[in-house]
Amino acid sequence: MAIENPKVELTLPILQDMELAAAKTAEVIAKRMGLNDTKTAEINMALIEACINAFEHSKADDNVYIHYIIDGDTLIIKVGDSGVGFDANVVEIPNIEKKLKSKYKRGWGIKLMHELMDTVEFVSNEQGTTVTMTKIKQKTGRQK
Amino acid sequence: MSEFKLTTREKNGVIVLNTEGYLNNFGGDRIASECLQKISEGKRKFLINFEKTEMVNSIGVSILIEVIEELQGVNGKIGYCNLAPIIEKTFNIMGITKYSKVYTTEDEGLQAMDE
Repeated sequence: MAIENPKVELTLPILQDMELAAAKTAEVIAKRMGLNDTKTAEINMALIEACINAFEHSKADDNVYIHYIIDGDTLIIKVGDSGVGFDANVVEIPNIEKKLKSKYKRGWGIKLMHELMDTVEFVSNEQGTTVTMTKIKQKTGRQK
Repeated sequence: MSEFKLTTREKNGVIVLNTEGYLNNFGGDRIASECLQKISEGKRKFLINFEKTEMVNSIGVSILIEVIEELQGVNGKIGYCNLAPIIEKTFNIMGITKYSKVYTTEDEGLQAMDE
């Protein structure tokens, strides 16, 4: 009997380059779903950015939790941390012209996630942040 | 797991940097340090060959913006070749391809920079 909405859970310690473990897991799941190489690479990149954000916002001794859920033709990925939270609505959208003049060149993660995934949503409060991203295997012409 | 390696050589007046491995903050710092050193020695043309880099993160790429900014100040230029499609897409999203160029191959990049 097929498992309904199979789910993979991963706990990542906050260590250098551990985001690659999250990406490798996503790659296996994407292959299982039959996602093409382009979509798989986009998922990997978005997930790396989500993990890096979580690492930076978490307390140093906490873990980051990742849930991968296969919902039919959609891969849902949730990345959760127990950091101090933030308001996604007030995060400035970066642009290269401003960054070239600014001392702070970073801050591209959220923009990349939005560009590479089909949907991205943040739920954040003082107990932590969870970002939920989706990638759809087959999109109709009316979808993004 | 993801040791980043960088080798540098000069070809026809262009500093060619070959990367290997994941371009993270440490990789970005290595590239920037090497480029800034060469700029201080008077070099103005840079080509980064990403043939052996399959994945980047935005922190590593954002450090390249420092190099672009520095080269703008000395009328220099930088290009990239052999990019994995997701890396080229990332560069496009971040907008750095508005201020630097992507070439398919190293030869194409070297030829274009010589013009």
